[in-house]
Amino acid sequence: MTSDNDRRRGLLARLRERPAARSRGRRRLGAAVRLIAALMLAGGAYTVFAPGAQAQDNPQLTGAAAEGKALFDVSCVTCHGRNAQGVEGRGPSLIGVGAASVEFQVSSGRMPMARQEAQAHRKPPVFTDEQTRQLAQYIQELGGGPVVPEGDDLREDGNIASGGELFRINCSQCHAFGGGGGALSSGKFAPSLHPATDRQIYAAMLSGPQNMPVFGDNQLRPEQKADIIAYIQETLKHDQDPGGFNLGRYGPSTEGLAIFLVGIVALVFASLWIAGKS
Amino acid sequence: MKRRKFDLAATPGKAAVGVDDRFAVATPLRKLLNKVFPDHWSFLLGEIALFSFVVLLLTGVFLTFFFEPAMTEVVYNGSYAPLQGTPMSAAYASSLDISFDVRGGLVMRQMHHWAALLFMAAIVVHMLRVFFTGAFRKPRETNWIIGSLLFWVGFLAGFTGYSLPDDGLSGTGLRIASAIMLSIPVIGSWVTSSVFAGEFPGTIIISRFFIAHVLLIPGLLVALISVHLGLVFKQKHTQWPGPGRTNNNVVGERMFPRYALKQGGFFMVVFGVIALMGGLFQINPIWLFGPYEAWVVSAASQPDWYVMFLDGSTRLMPAWEINIPLGDGYVIPPLFWPTVVLPGILVGLSTMYPFLEARHLKDRKSHNLLERPRDAPARTAVGAMAVSFYIVLTLSGANDVIADKFQISLNAMTWAGRIGLLVVPPLAYYVTYRLCLGLQQHDREVLAHGVETGIIRRMPDGRFVEVHQPLSASNGHADGHGQLDYVGWVVPKKMNRLGALGPAIRGFFYPIEKPVEAPVSPGHPPVEARPEREEIGSGESRR
Repeated sequence: MTSDNDRRRGLLARLRERPAARSRGRRRLGAAVRLIAALMLAGGAYTVFAPGAQAQDNPQLTGAAAEGKALFDVSCVTCHGRNAQGVEGRGPSLIGVGAASVEFQVSSGRMPMARQEAQAHRKPPVFTDEQTRQLAQYIQELGGGPVVPEGDDLREDGNIASGGELFRINCSQCHAFGGGGGALSSGKFAPSLHPATDRQIYAAMLSGPQNMPVFGDNQLRPEQKADIIAYIQETLKHDQDPGGFNLGRYGPSTEGLAIFLVGIVALVFASLWIAGKS
Repeated sequence: MKRRKFDLAATPGKAAVGVDDRFAVATPLRKLLNKVFPDHWSFLLGEIALFSFVVLLLTGVFLTFFFEPAMTEVVYNGSYAPLQGTPMSAAYASSLDISFDVRGGLVMRQMHHWAALLFMAAIVVHMLRVFFTGAFRKPRETNWIIGSLLFWVGFLAGFTGYSLPDDGLSGTGLRIASAIMLSIPVIGSWVTSSVFAGEFPGTIIISRFFIAHVLLIPGLLVALISVHLGLVFKQKHTQWPGPGRTNNNVVGERMFPRYALKQGGFFMVVFGVIALMGGLFQINPIWLFGPYEAWVVSAASQPDWYVMFLDGSTRLMPAWEINIPLGDGYVIPPLFWPTVVLPGILVGLSTMYPFLEARHLKDRKSHNLLERPRDAPARTAVGAMAVSFYIVLTLSGANDVIADKFQISLNAMTWAGRIGLLVVPPLAYYVTYRLCLGLQQHDREVLAHGVETGIIRRMPDGRFVEVHQPLSASNGHADGHGQLDYVGWVVPKKMNRLGALGPAIRGFFYPIEKPVEAPVSPGHPPVEARPEREEIGSGESRR
């Protein structure tokens, strides 16, 4: 074929060659062939890499995932719909959210939600660890997505100092300097980090639950995530508060409350006492 | 050689004579030590501010020994592990050193900060006392103005101090301050670039604020406080009305020894409360905020409480931007109104209030006697209006924390603040006004009819009447009621307050005298008046 001949002669040769040397018909034929080849390449790549449509048509679930599907069909299907495709106005599709998201939402008790509201609250989990894993496996096999690494201690070798810096840059805007959480718009909020486990923090960074942005592995590398978790778990949670009672670490607002409730009240009583002793 | 006998008892007298021989101070000192101060608990509120200012000076001097007011970048190497190896300014590093490596540094820093909050709180509480009792009236308008200025200078002192540690919180505050300065039309950019020596944050602002915080502002505060106290001395303290108290005298205790001793004791109490708070309650944990970086802003970044009303007014302000088509177009940002115009109006209104009120009431007399808040309903209601305005703004300044911790929508909080700012103050005015009138009426009622005894008597014709204990002997009225004049002081409203206007039992921990046995079941109401009774009036300083 013409295009094959051209290819064998090398790129430079083809560039040097005057285009006028070829007839218009051959040029058009070559273009058509190249277009078809490109389309076939793209389509082939798509069929190879795209998450299979067969997930729905022909679910090849492992044992754990099948158990998870059974749980899902009882507890989650009302809002997230059949095959986790979501229900308009009730719950989003879970295709592609990954095991990390399920692990975060279910292990922290946020899912199943108590009621439809701005944001799910943390509560005692409904499912056991084993059941959570099965649900996660089911969602993972449905559509893939991010997965939390194995193990309960995800802060090994974490550098607290660099974790602190990353925390202040990436997390403190919403979760506040002490990790106590803060308000967002319209009833939404960034929750307190104090009850969170290593895995939950990691899963939240990977999956970006509710209003949290996703911190994928190209935004925060896994070792940076370990640093942040180390800072949260070892500094924020175990800081001894060298200055005494920390007033909830809510910043100057509770300090202002304290000066009136403690300082002014004590001193007004003192002045009542002193002025009364005449 | 004969040894002279040393007479210990005569030493103080001899020493005093020696001092007086040289300096001739006996006459002025006698006048000073015999100066009389009226005694009432509410007159001690200003002293809380004065004494916390002394604590501020003492702890502040300690802090300057270790603080380094420079923005040169250093790498932290102190003992707080989570920040080791972090680049930061020398100011922040030295603040961390004060907190972790200087012996007693943290408690001193915390005492300094608590004392600052207390200073401002005591100023406000003292100001409320002066306002609601009418102590600002002629001839004391100047002292009222100085007091208001003390609040605003204290505000500046607090803000500059808040900015010094150069942690994330102070940097955020400075950033907001620079934005406020920038929002001033025409001169904004010049003001900002002259304060910061160029763009925010620059490299010099900490050194400048340091000098302002440790020299200029305290100097101004000391000067204003001296004039304030000097005027109290010169114009004499106001007093509550009562027996023997007129507009032209002062009834109370001499400065020396009792008043001075009491003040000394009260200073110790204030110092103790500040020290306790500094030791027990953690304030501004700068190590958690980290060094200031322009891209680091924590949630719940608030100013200290006395600045919070400005934060609140900013949060409530709608985003109304004024575009003026002049030249390339000129913009007045919405920030200008709540942070420059509003405090300007507040300063003007608060300092000028004594003149506004005198003008309104056409009152040109001098007043040395205080008024009970209920006796000036309009003033009390205006005060309640101002306080509620300030409280709505202050709460709105913390509305994100309130929204988060009480699980309220932040948007709902903002709207509640906007509506509340317009609705609550007039409501507070109306409610306070009615409360004052009601209290006045009850006072008059008791003076006319006597104290309610709680005893119901059935009349022969079947009617029920409550027995009242008249406050004075009958003066010919058919029902046995006498008419007493209201003297502007507490009217006894309960039977056990009759004739004993102070606490009935003396002694702090244990009663030093036995209370009189009360009749267990008063079958007969004690309607006959006791033969001897104290005059109705303040009687506060007497037992």
